[in-house]
Formats: sequence, structure tokens, C-alpha cells
Amino acid sequence: MTAHVVNLVVSGVFHASILFLVSAGLQVVFGVQKIFNLACGSFYALGAYVGVSAVAWYAEAGGPPALFILPLAIAGVAAGALGVVVERGLLRFVYDRDETFQLLLTFAVVLMMEDAIRMTWGTSPRSTAGLYLTYGGVHVLGTTVPVYNLIVIGASLAIAVLIGWLLTHTAFGCIIRASADNREMAEALGVDMRRLYAKVFTLGTALGTLGGALVIPATAAMSEMGIELIVEAFAVVVIGGLGSMRGAFVGALIVGVLRSIAISVYPELEMLLIYLIVIAVLVLRPRGLFGGAPA
Amino acid sequence: MSGRLVLAAALGAAVLAPLVAPTYQALLMLPFMAYAVALLGLNLLFGYTGLVSFGHALFLGIGAYTGAFLTSVFKVRSMEVILVAAAALGALVAAPVGALCVRYVKIYFGMLTLAFGMVFYTFVLKFYRLTGGDEGMPFLRPALLGRSLEGLSKIDYLVGPYYYYSLAVLVLATLVMWRIVRSPFGLCLKTIRDNPTKAETLGIGVARYRWYAFVISAVYAAVGGALLGPPTGNVDPTLAYWTQSGNIVFMTLLGGFASFFGPVLGAFVFIYLQDWVMSIVPFWRLIFGAILAVIVIFAPGGLAGLLTPRPAAAPRP
Repeated sequence: MTAHVVNLVVSGVFHASILFLVSAGLQVVFGVQKIFNLACGSFYALGAYVGVSAVAWYAEAGGPPALFILPLAIAGVAAGALGVVVERGLLRFVYDRDETFQLLLTFAVVLMMEDAIRMTWGTSPRSTAGLYLTYGGVHVLGTTVPVYNLIVIGASLAIAVLIGWLLTHTAFGCIIRASADNREMAEALGVDMRRLYAKVFTLGTALGTLGGALVIPATAAMSEMGIELIVEAFAVVVIGGLGSMRGAFVGALIVGVLRSIAISVYPELEMLLIYLIVIAVLVLRPRGLFGGAPA
Repeated sequence: MSGRLVLAAALGAAVLAPLVAPTYQALLMLPFMAYAVALLGLNLLFGYTGLVSFGHALFLGIGAYTGAFLTSVFKVRSMEVILVAAAALGALVAAPVGALCVRYVKIYFGMLTLAFGMVFYTFVLKFYRLTGGDEGMPFLRPALLGRSLEGLSKIDYLVGPYYYYSLAVLVLATLVMWRIVRSPFGLCLKTIRDNPTKAETLGIGVARYRWYAFVISAVYAAVGGALLGPPTGNVDPTLAYWTQSGNIVFMTLLGGFASFFGPVLGAFVFIYLQDWVMSIVPFWRLIFGAILAVIVIFAPGGLAGLLTPRPAAAPRP
């Protein structure tokens, strides 16, 4: 019984760690640019595929298997460079438009990226053979927990702390918060919005691609993984509150753990339960748990 | 005046299509007409009321599954009964869903509709004993106007009686929608879109009118969804997935949400262009994504906006 509970919690928190990274990317973009970026799921998928390729290349080059997480994470972060292309190439044209058009433009990116991934990596799922158990497992309360899960949970926690520190203790974070609060005033005070938007969107993208890269030893990369994850990330940010980092953290934990419990107790309820919570939150408390005033 | 000529020509072409066009092209008209009905409804919400639903595939799904349940579980084969039941169920679901959704606008409205859409999608996907899960359910050939038509081959049925039946439904739906948007009610919706505060001061019950528009658009989407079933003979959950909701908003934008016939044009161009692109390369999403990006950035009025020379009184939804 305890073994079962430990398994549930660990797999739930592992999923929550990945969800947090992607949702944090969604939040930072929404907070500053007020764009709900449907493409963040596609960035996640891209990170996954780039991660698979990086690890395959690394294994071929004869790198020690124990260090595979380094090329994986580096590839994940590097794939975030696509963010600056999408921002400069597309999104910057619609900043003064209605948010409907911004949303539809990110939907266009979703469509394009799904096929771009299929063109590059093919349609069959891609996985990293056997790396998941490279680090072995630890015995906790009568069950075996993969060490890789614990590493990702730790990394995600570290990134959460890092983002918190970035937002509250650095000049860049100060500018981000000021711009999220009052764009005109920040601009009047000399913040270069063009550069800030490019940086913020790239940061958001890199969080998504890193999330995708880190998940890849545990599951295979599939071209639909992006459009499936975005609806979960969507649930996270709605429950947590749009634009709030703390909201992304708590929301990811709620969605990740509930999903894992639902799968084991009553699989039919899996996502249904989460969307019902989303609806309840939107109806009763549209700001979410940590969000600001609703727009 | 030229507008009427174009319309008459389009209708004439639609009537003649099964007789002169290759069968394959005529078959593609069927999903076009089904989507056109749904989009007329969606645009009452998008173009006329200024609310963008990202979950309207929910109602397409309700319409299609209503038909599938009636024909394959309850042995009801009359298409008239199916359409009425789809409309009624669409309205029944839209009433509470709409009441919750219209309390919000813009991104929150979009998110709430998306969430409801996903509830329905996961429901039909997971309760496979009831709905067949991802394999879907058969939508058996419906009888039209009381005639069972079982003697016809599938192709003859689809490009014959079913084609004209769909066309009749589309024409009827267009006429009704034309009356709706020209009525005082339609004017109220436009006022709400352009200036909700002013509408409220003028005594228009903003939330109530948005709710009416939501329910009407859901009924249209459900009827369109029911029409989508017979051509494939099968109904599956992808019809209700969120990307499908995105696609129908895409069609509306492609044709032009600021014009009455824009969405119909959008559905037509989308269906045929998609078929043509897929016959050349399998990656239609890449090309369609690029088209959507170009439209959003350079031509938010869509094709109808490009065709009409006068500055579009483009509303901001």
C-alpha cells in the first residue's frame, strides 16, 4: 500500500516537474506580453526531439552514458533559440492587435511546428534506448524509484528557485515585473520593449524545450505530444492563475499528482477530472489561485 | 447588385456540381456544406458578437454523436429526426455552458470554452463502452424525407439525394441566419461587440444577448456536425478535439469574419485547398499554418476583406 502511494506520488511529481517548466514558460510570456502562447506545447515537442537527437549523437560519439543528461539539457536549452525566431519573425507584428489574433497566430505556429517536426524526424515515435535506467533506482518504502525521476524533480525545483531569484533579485527580473504591471510606464522609464519581448519570449520557449528534453528518457517523443501537453499546461495556468509563477508551481503539482492518482484509481476520469477542476476554478475564481485581476 | 449575381452563380454551381463535376470533387462539397452551416453559427458569435470560442468543436461533436447514437443504437434512421435532435441537444448543452461562458470575454471566454470542449472530448474518448473510444461510432445511412434509399450505392446516395439534402439545409440555415443578423436582435449583438458599455446603457441585456448568440451558434454547429457524419459513415473523437475548434476559427478568419458569407467562403477554400495540398505533400499543416500566419498579420479581414475594395468596417472581435 505505501509502496503504491510512493509510486503514485513520485510519478505524479515527476510529471508535475515537466509541466511546471512548460507552464512557467507560458506564464512568463503571458505575464509580460499578455499573449497566451498555444505554441508552448509545440516547443516542448521540439525540445523532446532535439533531446533524442542530441543523446543519440552523444552516444555515437562515445560519451560516457552516465553524463547523458548534460547534452540532453544543453540541447533542450539551445532549442529555445527558436523563440527569438518566432518572436521577431511573427509575433512582433501583432502586438498592437486584439488578443484573438495573437492567439490565432500562436495556433498557426502550432500547426507549422507539428508538421515541421514530422518532416524532420518522421512520424514514428522516437525514444532514447535504455537511458532511463542508467542511474538505476533507489528503494523507498518497499518500492523502487528511478533516480532519473528524482534528478528531474530536483532540476525543476532548482529552476523554480532560480526563476524566483531572477524575478525578485536581479535588474532583469525587476524590469520584467515592472513591464508586466504597467507596460507604458516601464517604456516611459526607458525599458526597450523590443529587446525585452524578444528575451522574455526566448526564455519562455527555452523553458518549454528544456521540459521536452528532460521528459524524453522516460517517454518516447511523438509528434502529437505538443498539442496534448498544451491542454494540460493550460489547465495548470488556469488553476494557478494566469501570469503567476507561484500559480504555475502549485498548479503543476495539483494537475500532475491528480492525474497520476486518477490514472491508477479510475483511468476513465484522468483528464476529465482535471478539466472539471479547470471549469470550477474559472467559474468560481477566474483569477486562479494566485492570479491578478481578470482581464 | 453584383453580390446577388455572385451568390446566384455560386448556388447554381452548387446545384450543378454533382452533374458536371467529377464525383470526387462533388463528394468534397459534403464536408464543405456541413462546415459552412457550423461556421455561419460560429460567426454569429465571432464576427457579430465579438466572442471567439476555442471550444466549438464540442457542438460539432454533439451533433455528430447524436446522429451516430440515433442511427446505430436507437435504430432511428430519419435524417430530419437526427437534425432536430442534434439541434435540441446542442441547445440543451449550450444553455448551461453558455450561461457560464458569457460571464467572461476575450481570453477568459476562449479558455472556458476550450475547457468545456476538452471535457466532452475526454468523455467520448475514455468512455469507450458507450462511445467506441478513439475508434468512434458508426453513423449509419440516414433516410431522407422518409425514404430509406438503401437501394443506392454509397456514392450514388452521397452525390445524389444526400448532396441536395445538405445543400437544402445549408440554404435554409443561411436564410435563417440572414434574418437573424438583419433583425433588431442582430443589431444589438453588433452594438455589444463594438461597445458593450454603450449597449448596456441603451438597455440591452449584454450577458443575455451573448447567451442567445452562444446557444444559436451551438445549434448551428450541432446541425453542421450531424451533417458531417453520413459522408464518412463514422464519427470519432478527433472531431471534438481542441485543434478542430482552432481549425473552424481558422476557416472563419480565412474567409473573413467581418462578412456574412466570409465563413462559407472560408470553409470552401479550406476544404478544397487542404485536399489539393494533401495530394501534393503530406504536410498540409505546415502550409496551412503559414497561410494562417500571413492572414493574421497581413489580411485580418480574410479573403472576403481582400475581395471587397471598400475599407472593411472591420470590427475587432
